[in-house]
Amino acid sequence: MEPRPRFLLPAPHWALLGGLALSGAAMAAAPSIDPYYLEILTNIGINVILAVSLNLVNGYTGQFSLGHAGFMSVGAYVSAALTLFVAPHWPTPLIFFVALLAGGVVAALAGFLVGMPSLRLRGDYLALVTLGFGEIIRVIFQNIDSLGGALGLNGLPPDTNIFWVGAWVAATIFVVVCLVHSTYGRGFLAVRDDEIAAAAIGLNTTRYKIIAFVVGAFFAGVAGGLYGHDKLTISPAGFDFTKSIEIVVMVILGGMGNTLGVVAAAIILTVLPEVLRPVADYRMILYSLILIVLMIVRPDGLFRIRRRTS
Amino acid sequence: MIEFLQQLLNGISLGAIYALLAIGYTLVYGVLRFINFAHADVFMAGAFIGWYGGQFMPSNSIGSGLAVMGMAMVGTALLGMAIERFAYRPLRSAPTLNVLITAIGVSLLLEYSGQKFFGAAPRHFPPLFPRRDFNVGHLTVSSDQLLVIGVTAVLIVLLQTIIYRTRIGTAMRAVSLNPRAASLVGVNNNRIISFTFALGSALAGAGGILYASNYPAIDPLMGVMPGLKAFVAAVLGGIGSIPGAALGGLVLGIVETFVGGSSLSSGKDAFAFAILIVILLFRPSGLLGRMNVEKV
Repeated sequence: MEPRPRFLLPAPHWALLGGLALSGAAMAAAPSIDPYYLEILTNIGINVILAVSLNLVNGYTGQFSLGHAGFMSVGAYVSAALTLFVAPHWPTPLIFFVALLAGGVVAALAGFLVGMPSLRLRGDYLALVTLGFGEIIRVIFQNIDSLGGALGLNGLPPDTNIFWVGAWVAATIFVVVCLVHSTYGRGFLAVRDDEIAAAAIGLNTTRYKIIAFVVGAFFAGVAGGLYGHDKLTISPAGFDFTKSIEIVVMVILGGMGNTLGVVAAAIILTVLPEVLRPVADYRMILYSLILIVLMIVRPDGLFRIRRRTS
Repeated sequence: MIEFLQQLLNGISLGAIYALLAIGYTLVYGVLRFINFAHADVFMAGAFIGWYGGQFMPSNSIGSGLAVMGMAMVGTALLGMAIERFAYRPLRSAPTLNVLITAIGVSLLLEYSGQKFFGAAPRHFPPLFPRRDFNVGHLTVSSDQLLVIGVTAVLIVLLQTIIYRTRIGTAMRAVSLNPRAASLVGVNNNRIISFTFALGSALAGAGGILYASNYPAIDPLMGVMPGLKAFVAAVLGGIGSIPGAALGGLVLGIVETFVGGSSLSSGKDAFAFAILIVILLFRPSGLLGRMNVEKV
């Protein structure tokens, strides 16, 4: 196998530090930025985390999951429960960080529970089972009265800021890139390119799939926590199947297994509805039309950097 | 016991609608091997065609009801063919995933267009068919339920006849079995696929009318949940198999009605998916489907 070009980051660690520094700088500059743009930046960041983490599952490992919003909701609810009920009097940045981590960990656990049985399936069936689990998670939250039932939770503390979002974006990209480009991580690509061949050379394909699923779910959970503490209100309906589709679309348009492309697609798809605001009545119609046309004229995503070998 | 039978009847009539929709998913999956997400919105379009048709027709007569249903079926058949022609045909050789995303795009397009042009607020569906309740012993059978079950049965028999007794049905089965071999023996694949979409969409249109007659508030997003459930039904029965889709629809409708009538009612939607997951884990090819073994 010819060595793949290190197309994204020559030194991911430097990029991580750079990303953190940039988030800090953005935080310092935040008071002088128009809140509208700040909000868009936050949305972009959250969507980038979601899309990049889903890309690990869908793009690099080739397991088509339609349940990302479900894991996001787990993270959102767990972190919201922590900041609202458990420790409202702790120092904010600390409890928020702990809450995000806890949200991520519980979401990862959910990813493990969902992944264990369902990753025996493939293709459309896997897509369907993950969709089913996503919907089940939503209905479960709808029926937990202490978490607000169908109305959801309100009055979350506004802890999400541009620093946290930026830092988690950097962390997500760092982890996914390092994981995929490690010796171990070649296994993800092998599972995607030919699962039977991968199993034949002794890779534990199930383990790779589950690791991808768990890591993806972790970051989805964190993104959920950030989302909740940005919007200040969460409800089960906000994490339905449409949300999952939105994230999948970012991954596909960015090009499956192309982190840089997925980041760009997440940015474009977040900004696009804002740009289309002048034609507000038609913007969602245009959005879906653009989606269809892009799939027909650029089936490999907007930014095809390398040709897939398979 | 009476309550059990009553619920069973309600379940069957809900299941019949799921079955009509599920057959559409299964037909398309049979020839193109992808989940046609837009199918649920074709169902919605059928109900709206019925709404407009109902404005010009006298209500409460079987004749006008059937005429409106025919209109809806023709309309949705054309819509289905147009979707196939403009959105899916250019992607014939693309990976399944791209087609899937396109289908989602088409679905969103229909929903948002519906919200733009029909308005997002629910509309009251006109009573097309006359309504009567019959008492059989202690059991109440409504004419709507009989209608749903009757129309579904007739359409399924008709469909089976088309597929097994006509030339074009034979061609459909050939394309589903092996598209390349079918085109080698002179089947025009594009035409067959187009015809398949027309058939499936017409069934969805009929389903839309029946559903709207039973649950008379229609809105542009009305197809989403029935669509998902019907897809679950198709997989439950074994995707690609028409009797399977019908059976899956019935099972799902019955189970859902019973769960809805029990103390677990708020978890009704989750229940459908739970069944799906159990089935896929223990019998991934569904109740009546064939197992495909992947070969190297």
